[in-house]
Amino acid sequence: MKTLTLAAIGGGVLSTILSFSFTAKADNHIFYGIQMEQFEYRSGDEGENLFVWDGDAFVGTDELKLRWQGEGERDLKNDLYENFENRLVLQTPISDFFDAKAGIRLDTPSTTDRWYGTVGIMGLAPQWFEVDADLFVSETGDGSARLDVEYEGLLTNRLILTPSLELNAAFSDDREIEVGRGFSSAEIGLRLSYDLIDRAVAPYIGVAYERKLGKTADFAKDDGEDYEATYLVTGLRLLF
Amino acid sequence: MNKFLGSALLGALSVIAVSSVANAATYDLSVDYVTIDTGEMKTKAIGYNGSSPGPTLRLREGEEAVINVTNNLDESTSIHWHGLILPYQMDGVPEISFPGIAPGETFTYRIPVSQSGTYWFHSHSGFQEPDGAYGSIIIEPKKREPFKFDREYVVVLKDKHPHSGARILRNLKMMPDYYNRNQRTLGDFISDVSENGFGATLSERGDWGSMRMMPTDIEDVQGFVGLINGKSPEQNWTGLFKANERVRLRFINASAMTYFDVRIPGLEMTVVQADGNNVQPVKVDEFRISVAETYDVIVQPTAEKPYAIMAESMGRSGYAFGSLSPQEGLKAEMPARRMDAPLLTMADMGMDHGSMAGMDHSSMGSGNENGMAGMDHSNMAGMDHSQMGMSKDDPFYAAGSGLTPKAANGGKFLSYADLKAQKPLYPERPATREIELRLTGNMERYTWSINGVKYEDAEPIRLKYGERVRFKFVNETMMSHPMHLHGMWSILDTGNGKWDPVKHTININPGMTVYSETEVDAPGQWAFHCHLSYHMASGMFRKVVVEGGPAVAALENGVQ
Repeated sequence: MKTLTLAAIGGGVLSTILSFSFTAKADNHIFYGIQMEQFEYRSGDEGENLFVWDGDAFVGTDELKLRWQGEGERDLKNDLYENFENRLVLQTPISDFFDAKAGIRLDTPSTTDRWYGTVGIMGLAPQWFEVDADLFVSETGDGSARLDVEYEGLLTNRLILTPSLELNAAFSDDREIEVGRGFSSAEIGLRLSYDLIDRAVAPYIGVAYERKLGKTADFAKDDGEDYEATYLVTGLRLLF
Repeated sequence: MNKFLGSALLGALSVIAVSSVANAATYDLSVDYVTIDTGEMKTKAIGYNGSSPGPTLRLREGEEAVINVTNNLDESTSIHWHGLILPYQMDGVPEISFPGIAPGETFTYRIPVSQSGTYWFHSHSGFQEPDGAYGSIIIEPKKREPFKFDREYVVVLKDKHPHSGARILRNLKMMPDYYNRNQRTLGDFISDVSENGFGATLSERGDWGSMRMMPTDIEDVQGFVGLINGKSPEQNWTGLFKANERVRLRFINASAMTYFDVRIPGLEMTVVQADGNNVQPVKVDEFRISVAETYDVIVQPTAEKPYAIMAESMGRSGYAFGSLSPQEGLKAEMPARRMDAPLLTMADMGMDHGSMAGMDHSSMGSGNENGMAGMDHSNMAGMDHSQMGMSKDDPFYAAGSGLTPKAANGGKFLSYADLKAQKPLYPERPATREIELRLTGNMERYTWSINGVKYEDAEPIRLKYGERVRFKFVNETMMSHPMHLHGMWSILDTGNGKWDPVKHTININPGMTVYSETEVDAPGQWAFHCHLSYHMASGMFRKVVVEGGPAVAALENGVQ
């Protein structure tokens, strides 16, 4: 059932993007791109084995883009999806460096599914911080917010050190998906990548630290689950 | 149906034309898929008569050139005769001059050749020109030229990239610094700290970071191989000479994106022509050739030894190299490349530095423009102060610009200010009106425009036949833009009055305002654009409509 839903969503997104890009051939004002910021194997300090991805794809013009954003976390030891999230948004410039976006998000982890409506902004903040800030309202009426910040530090023109931060907050409790009101989780990462083939393929190594916060952490503790983890990561950054 | 009508009318006109022109000459060009092999890489490309670059077309002033162009591609094509004065239907810009040349079709261009000099031709469709569709044109003059030479070579410069043009633009749209591998790194930060101190360096980085601009953003598309007449440095294009001969070199920059600084160490170059028009001879050690420009120089090698033709790109990310040699196979020694990649300064950002001669940055705070308030100018560590306030600075660069060129040997570097027409083409008269064209863009989005409006959203520029219009170019971006008006000459205002040089391509450097005047003497509709391929494709482009003038109405309707 779950696999079917996923396949449907995946197929839908892909075919929309492909049909856009075929029209793009006739008109060079339509562009497309696909990137994976994270596409990695994570090995945790308590023996966790995870596969994690975080990427996006777009098709559209300077003025209007359709963007897919997806991230997920597969627990390889227990064979389940800790997280499986897909977003489809329309995006348009609102300032020199920022775009506004609005769309839908569907989470299909191994536990409980959720639909969300979403609005957000993404762009480049002063001093070269890449920012993605989003608001979500779920089908159960629970609001939440997320901030993603990333910075590319050039050690050389190919060797790049990327610190990143993801911060989640909820405006109400959603016990079913184990999220409590307040700051709910954070993840910080530090990845060292090398641009092997142009900007297309860049292998990296790094560390990631993930922690549930506040009430959300309490929920996890109540359930006897871990609320924090540290990982060594190895992966590829991809851009096509 | 309309197309048939068009060609019928065209045919009818050509009969009239042929009978009125003393002699017609026929040339055939095929547009083909070819392979470019630079030694390091082989790329699928587009060329003419089976090769890229295409042949040198040798036309004669006064003839009617009949050029049959056969499209062997599986996509539409076109040829634009860059710098040629001709009926607009022959100008070769799809959707403006004509519908384009469909696959398998042959289009016959009929050009009454009314000028002489060095020009070039290229496709005006998609990214065929960056992909290899270019060639050179020599037009022999009717009258004797005001300079002598014993032999001549065309020297066509090209920035051949391993990626196709379409892919390059897509990559730039995804990530505007995709090809910039000259960015400042941690190492640069450390060396700047040791030179200028931590606070100053941090504050300078902060200034650029707050604008979200990069001082290294000089060449959008790096990673190319510089070619001379289709040959990479390794393949060493060679022009032969005998000692003491005067050799005329017809430089053409057919690059998609790259300006070159050209020198021939050991030889002084006498510039005799710019953009096909004779100029009063200027002796230089080095010159910068913008994309789409041409310069003819005469050199006189006295020794029986090979000389290097060295063309380093403006941002120093690449170079083209060839030899002038007394015998085949004798390669010139390549001069050391200058690794001093320039950095843009706040002057290139369009700040008013007219009063900067005294270099008192602390008093500049109040003169701020463009939302740069709050910048601490006392800490502009990256600026090259030594260049500022020098009276010999090229007036076509912002005072304090990081792009101001210097000759490798410390000698004379050509400036636009040195260019004086040999013979004025038009009588001097005041312009009837001024049109301001602000060159605008957003590097982070890789969008380029004129007056903030992209081509697809813009109204055409309407000119009246018979007027003399003055264009005011205000470059509000951080990049140089070579602006090319089709069909009519651009008289570059260098302050020399009637001796102002007559060009087809005018470079405007960052932070600069440059004027050119055009005698509107060609009816029809024309293209007007930045000649950097990916700026042009992103919207820095306008249609120019010339209203009134001699009747070409029949053809106009036919072509529509």
